[in-house]
Amino acid sequence: MQNKIRILTAGDSSLLVEFGKEISPDINRKISATVQLLKEQHIEGVVDLIPAFCSLLINYDPRVIHYEEIRDRVQNIVKMDAKTGEGRKKIYEIPVCYGGEYGPDIANIAEHAGLTEEEVIQIHSSRDYLIYMLGFLPGFCYLGGLDERIHTPRLANPRIKINAGSVGIGGSQTGIYPLDSPGGWQLMGMTPVKTYDPEREVPILVEAGDYIRFVPIDETEYKRIKELVERGEYQCIVHEGEV
Amino acid sequence: MGIRILKGGMLTTVQDIGRTGYQSQGFPVAGVMDVRSFKIANLLLDNPENEAVLEFTLIGPTLEFTSSTIIAITGGDFQPVLNGEPVPMYTALYINKGDILKFGSARTGSRGYIAFSSYLKIPVEMGSRCTNMKSSLGGFKGRKLQAGDYINFRIKRRYLPFFLSRKLEPDHFDEESTELRVVMGPQDDLFTKQGVETFLGSEYIVTSDFDRMGCRLEGPFIASKNGSDIISDGIAFGSVQVPAHGKPIVLLSDRQTTGGYAKIATVASVDIPKLVQRKTDHKIRFKAISVQEAQKLLLDEIKELDEMRKTIHQPCKEVLECRLVAKRIRTLFES
Repeated sequence: MQNKIRILTAGDSSLLVEFGKEISPDINRKISATVQLLKEQHIEGVVDLIPAFCSLLINYDPRVIHYEEIRDRVQNIVKMDAKTGEGRKKIYEIPVCYGGEYGPDIANIAEHAGLTEEEVIQIHSSRDYLIYMLGFLPGFCYLGGLDERIHTPRLANPRIKINAGSVGIGGSQTGIYPLDSPGGWQLMGMTPVKTYDPEREVPILVEAGDYIRFVPIDETEYKRIKELVERGEYQCIVHEGEV
Repeated sequence: MGIRILKGGMLTTVQDIGRTGYQSQGFPVAGVMDVRSFKIANLLLDNPENEAVLEFTLIGPTLEFTSSTIIAITGGDFQPVLNGEPVPMYTALYINKGDILKFGSARTGSRGYIAFSSYLKIPVEMGSRCTNMKSSLGGFKGRKLQAGDYINFRIKRRYLPFFLSRKLEPDHFDEESTELRVVMGPQDDLFTKQGVETFLGSEYIVTSDFDRMGCRLEGPFIASKNGSDIISDGIAFGSVQVPAHGKPIVLLSDRQTTGGYAKIATVASVDIPKLVQRKTDHKIRFKAISVQEAQKLLLDEIKELDEMRKTIHQPCKEVLECRLVAKRIRTLFES
């Protein structure tokens, strides 16, 4: 994989590190590891990092560090991190109240899949989803690994407003709406957890390379957690383990 | 103690250099479109380099001051009028309580800036005071300003040394066509040789699809080798993306953090202000330069700004002449 990595210029203030040309957990782990190393090294002049599916954009201030220097330093970091697939794995539990008024399209998903609603919920909540990247909206996670059985086409007629916290399926993707937003995904449930909260010290909980685990809850539990969230007392459950 | 908005104009927002450090979480940088005009406005008042300003677009706002302060206006010429009298731009202006500052439409350029010596009282959110309208974050309630809005000042600062020296030669934005220097890449290799030649050899026209997110250009088709869809990656300020329709789109302050179209080139930082000050139907040409050249241009501009800073910190001619006369009078008395 090493020789496939390319460092490209993206203007006078950015470098694009291309790790490959496919979406794969291995490449994504490599990117997360590189981001970690870059953060640890505190290269002066680096102002922003944007990890994506198979690349990493590094924005820097050419007043502080010029092109050749940052290119060489990034080159070294990319080399250093020859070993991938080792490291901690952070899994965020996202409680979801599935179906009913919380997930008005769950019947569509079940019908499309030829399964019962219970089976859809069981399949959706039975695996951990890798966060490949964040983008589109603040805190919107591009998750990988949705079971093929519940892939569902987007709504023919997108909704004008989808409430923050909605969990849905759009084609082969699943995800959580961090903000009220228009959208065409099939909605299957709601989480009381705020994945994006501008008032919170850490407005966004997760980062690329972490995992999300959906945990089914009932309406009573939804309301209980929602109240805690409103009071700022809810702590998201996080599991840490080896990959 | 502050400013009241009497008219909001077309699009007036609180901006600074932008909200960096959160793009990995999906937050656009936002911030000023024309970094040069922004820096000069603050420089004229000895403000911190990243102090928040008002940015206005095509039709400027009308403001009422509820306390005295000093301001500087830069960018396109919006024909500013203070209490009915035209006032100069690129000049420190003393403002009295009750003054009304009115802007018209942009005679030249398309974006204007006002900096305030008393600093706008806007909370810092995630490291910045800039307005991100799409996420309703930062600035004044996360939105553009409208009639009736009131912004306080943070401090009283009504004195600046060398006041009469605080004027600079205005930048001009009235040429009909502009050459934008670009650094090729990151994905120029996805376009055919012919496609790259078309991009660098043709004239493109600014369309009306031009906002804080980006500027769409019309002109000859830029051919790609195998389509221009890529796996989404991060976008830099000034990236020139070319979707399947083959026409360039330059991505600007409110750009999304990531996107799935190939980027043929990136506009040199020093030339982004030239683009963002253009209006519909302006002509654009692109010229490729190396990344080293683009960085040198940027450092040269910083030197130029340092020179400006020196100029406004010297006693001006009028004052020096007075001093000379005073000296002569003194010698007369002493003899």
